[in-house]
Amino acid sequence: MFSFFEYVLIAFYVAGLLIVSRWIGQQAFSWMPPQATAEAQRVDDLFSFLVSIGAFILLGLVGVIVYAIAFHRASPEDYSEGHPSRGNGKLEILWTATPTLLVVWIALQSFNIYQQLDILGLNQIVHLHTPLESAPAYAATVSDVPKPASETIDVFVKQWDWSFRYPNNVTSKELHLPINRSTRLNMQAQDVIHGFYVPEFRLKQDIVPGRKIDIVLTPIRPGKYRLKDSQFSGTYFALMEADVYVESLDKYNQWLAQTVSSETANDKNQAVAENIQPPKTLFKSGWHTITPPQPAIANQRKINNDT
Amino acid sequence: MTHDMSEAIAKNREHQNDWRQYFSFSTDHKVIGVQYMVMTFIFFLLGGLLAMIIRAELLTPESNLVDRPLYNGLFTMHGTIMIFLWIIPFNAGLSNYLVPLMIGARDMAFPLLNAISFWILPPAGLLLLSSFLLPNGTAQAGWWSYPPVSLQVPGDQFINGEFIWIVSLVLIGISSIMGAVNFVTTIFWMRAPGMTFFRMPVFVWSVFSAQLLQLINLPSLTAALILLLLDLSFGTQFFKPEGSGDPIIYQHLFWFYSHPAVYIMALPAFGIIAEVLPAFSRNPLFGYRSVALASLGIAVVSIFVWVHHMFTSATPDWMRMTFMATSMLVAIPTGVKAFAWTATIWRSKLHLETPMLFAMGGAAMFIFGGVTGVMLAATPFDIHVNNTYFVVGHFHYIVFNTITMAIFAAIYFWFPKITGRMYAEGWGKLHFWLTFIPANITFFSMHPLGLQGMLRRISSYDPQYQGWNVIASLGSFLLGASTLPFIANIVGSWLYGAKAVDNPWHATGLEWTTSSPPPRDNFEEIPVVNRPPYDYGDPKYSFVENSDNAESNR
Ligand code: HEM
Ligand SMILES: [Cu+2]
Ligand SMILES: [Cu+2]
Repeated sequence: MFSFFEYVLIAFYVAGLLIVSRWIGQQAFSWMPPQATAEAQRVDDLFSFLVSIGAFILLGLVGVIVYAIAFHRASPEDYSEGHPSRGNGKLEILWTATPTLLVVWIALQSFNIYQQLDILGLNQIVHLHTPLESAPAYAATVSDVPKPASETIDVFVKQWDWSFRYPNNVTSKELHLPINRSTRLNMQAQDVIHGFYVPEFRLKQDIVPGRKIDIVLTPIRPGKYRLKDSQFSGTYFALMEADVYVESLDKYNQWLAQTVSSETANDKNQAVAENIQPPKTLFKSGWHTITPPQPAIANQRKINNDT
Repeated sequence: MTHDMSEAIAKNREHQNDWRQYFSFSTDHKVIGVQYMVMTFIFFLLGGLLAMIIRAELLTPESNLVDRPLYNGLFTMHGTIMIFLWIIPFNAGLSNYLVPLMIGARDMAFPLLNAISFWILPPAGLLLLSSFLLPNGTAQAGWWSYPPVSLQVPGDQFINGEFIWIVSLVLIGISSIMGAVNFVTTIFWMRAPGMTFFRMPVFVWSVFSAQLLQLINLPSLTAALILLLLDLSFGTQFFKPEGSGDPIIYQHLFWFYSHPAVYIMALPAFGIIAEVLPAFSRNPLFGYRSVALASLGIAVVSIFVWVHHMFTSATPDWMRMTFMATSMLVAIPTGVKAFAWTATIWRSKLHLETPMLFAMGGAAMFIFGGVTGVMLAATPFDIHVNNTYFVVGHFHYIVFNTITMAIFAAIYFWFPKITGRMYAEGWGKLHFWLTFIPANITFFSMHPLGLQGMLRRISSYDPQYQGWNVIASLGSFLLGASTLPFIANIVGSWLYGAKAVDNPWHATGLEWTTSSPPPRDNFEEIPVVNRPPYDYGDPKYSFVENSDNAESNR
C-alpha cells in the first residue's frame, strides 16, 4: 500500500506526534487549579497521561484529514475514483488492536491511580438503612471498618447551607482542616442530594439523604479554598458555598479553642439573604421557590442523630 | 410503459409538489419524514434561543438577567428540548425518509403506525412548552430530573411544571417505541431482492442499531418516569429518602436509558458521515464490514456503561471499577469507525461541497469529543470534573459539533432528493464556516472552565471564571446567527432553487436511482441489488451524467 519513501515520512510524522503530544501532556498540569491534597497530585498525573494520549490520537487523525484537504482535492468535473481499495485486513487489525491496547493501558493506569487514592483515603463507607441493606451485592462490598484517619469532622448539609461539627463539639460554617493529616468527613444530607467538592482537592462526593457517606482526604497546601455544592440542589444551588481553610495543626487547634459553637456568630447564609431580598434581574418569573430554612444547627444535629 | 401509467406518474409528481400534504395525516414515509424534520427544526430554534438566554445570563458572574427559578427552568427546557424534541426525533424523521429508499422498499412496514408515531409529537411538544404559562413555571430540576429535587414542588398545585414534564416525556417515549418497532421490522423484512445485510448502507446499519437500543432501553426510562410521577402526585415513596425510598434507584433506571440515548443520537450521525465521506472523496468506504459491525458493537457495549454517570453518586468501588472498564471498551468500535473514515479520505479525490464540509467538520470534532469521553471514563479524573463545565463541553462536542453538524450534512446532501431542487452552494459554505468556528469557540471554552472547577447548572459564578465565559457566550450568539443563512438558503432554494437531477453527487445507493423527489411508491419498479455498497470504483459512477447540474452545484 505504501512506498518506502512514504513509510519514512509516516515514521517521521509519528515521531513528531509523540514529541508534541508528550509536550502537551506536560502542559496539562497548568490547566488545573493548585494541588491542595495528596490525592490531587495523583489525579493530575493521570490527567497529564490522558492528555498526552488524547493529543496523539487527535493530532494524528486530524493531521491526515488536513493533509487530504491540502493535497487530494479533485477538479470539479472529475468524478473518477480516488483509490479503489475497499479494505485492508492488516490495517484493520492494526487499528482495532491500537485502541484496544490504548484503552487497556488507560484503564490500568486509572485503576492504579484509583487504588492510590484509596490508600490515601478515598473510600466512602456507605451505611445503608434503606431496604437495599439486605442486597448481597452491596453487603459484600461495603466495608464497615472505617478507614483510619487522624481527625473526624461531621458535615451537615441542607438546602442551601453547609455546617461542620468538630471533635470538641464546636460547630461552624467554616471548614478548617489541619495540614498533612488525613481527615475523615462524615457527611449527611437532610433534604436532597448535595455534592462535596473543592476543585483544589480534586475529590467530589455526592451526599445522599438517608445515607451516611464518608470521605477521607489529606490536605497538603495551606490556604483558603471554596467548598462548592456539585449536585444540582434546587433554586439557590449556585449560592451554596463555604470557606475552607487548610492550616497548621497549631493554628487549627487555636481556631478550635477560640471558636465558640454558635449558630449566630458566623451566620451569613446567602440563600436566606437572597430569599428575603432577591437580586434585581431584568426578567422576573415570579415562580415560587422552596424557602431556605433559617440556620438552626442544634436542631439539625438532632435530626441527623436518629438516622 | 403504457400511457395510463405515465399519466398516473405525472399526477403523482404534482401531488408530490403540493405543500399541503405536509400538513395532512399522510402515511407516506417521505411526507412523514419531512414532517418530523421540519417540526424538530423549529424545536431546535427554540432550544437554541433558550441556550442563548442561558449564555447571556452567564456573561457576568452575578445573577442579573433572569431570576434563579427561571434560570433553572431554562436549562431544564433547553436540555429536554434539544434531546427529546430535536436530535432524537430529527433522526427518526431522516431515517423515515431514507431507510425505505435505501433498502428498496415501497414504504415502512406499518405506515399507519408511522403516522401515529409522528402525530404524538406535536401535542407532546406543545404540552411541554405550555408549562411556561403555569403560575410556578416549568420543571426546574434539569433534564435528569433527579429526585428528591424534582419532587419538591412549591405551591402544591397538582398540575405543575414537573408533572407536565413527565407526561410529555412519557408521550414522546411512546412515540419512540412505536417508531422503533417500525424501523426494526422494516429493515428486517422489507429489503429489496439482493439487499443482503452486508449490502446495506452503513446508515441503515446504524439506524438499525440505534432503534434496537430504543426497544431494549427505553422501557427503563418510562418506568422511572411513571414511578416519579407516582411519587410526585400520588403519595408513593419509591424515591423518597424520608420515606422508605431510595433516590439512587432512579439514577440507575434513568441512565440505563439515557446513556444508550447518546448513541441513539450519535449512531445515525455516524451513518450520515459514512454516506457523505465516500461520495465526496470518490472512494469506497474503507473497511465497510467492520464499520457496519462496529455500529452493532457500539450499541451492545453501550448498554453496559450507564454507571459512569454515577461515579460520585454513593457508588461502591467495585461498581466504579467495573463500569470504568466497560466504558473504555466503547472506544474500540468507535475508534474503528474514526480510523475507517480517515482512511476513506486518504488518497482520495475530494470535492468540498457543503455536505462534505459538514461531514468532515463533524468527524474531526467527534475525535475531540471522543478523546475527552475516554478521559471521563477514567474514574479518578471524572471525580474531579463530573458535573462541571468540562462535561458540558464534552457532550456538546458530541451533540452539537458532531451530531448537529452531521444533521446539517444530511440536510444538504439529501436536499436535492427530497425537494427536487438544488440549494445555493455559496450560502451553504457560509453557513458551514459560521457554524464550525463559533461552535468551537463556544464549546472549547467550557473545558478549561470545568477543569478549573466551574459547576454546571449554576446561575451565578465566582468572578475568576468570567474570561472564558464571555468567550463562550459571544461564540454562542454567533452560533445562533449562523442559522439565518441556513434558513434563508433552505426556504429560498425549496421555492426557487434550480431543478435537481436524480443523482447530483454521482453517489451510490438506491435512493439515488429513483427520481428527485421520488414518486409515491419510491421506485417505478422494485430494484434488484447485485453489487456491494459504496461502489465508487465502478465506472458507472465515474462519468459526469449531467454536466448542467454539476454547474448549478457550484
Ligand atoms: C445551539 C448551541 C447550544 C448552546 C449555546 C448550548 C449551551 C448550553 C448551556 C449553556 C447549557 C447549560 C449547562 C449547564 O449548566 O448544565 C447547556 C446544557 C445542555 N445542552 Fe446545550 N447548547 C447548545 C446546543 C445543544 C444541542 C444541539 C443539544 C442537543 C442534544 C444540547 C443539549 C444540552 C443538554 C442535554 C444540556 C444539559 C441540560 C441540563 O444540564 O439539564 N445543547 N447547553
Ligand atoms: Cu446543595
Ligand atoms: Cu454515558
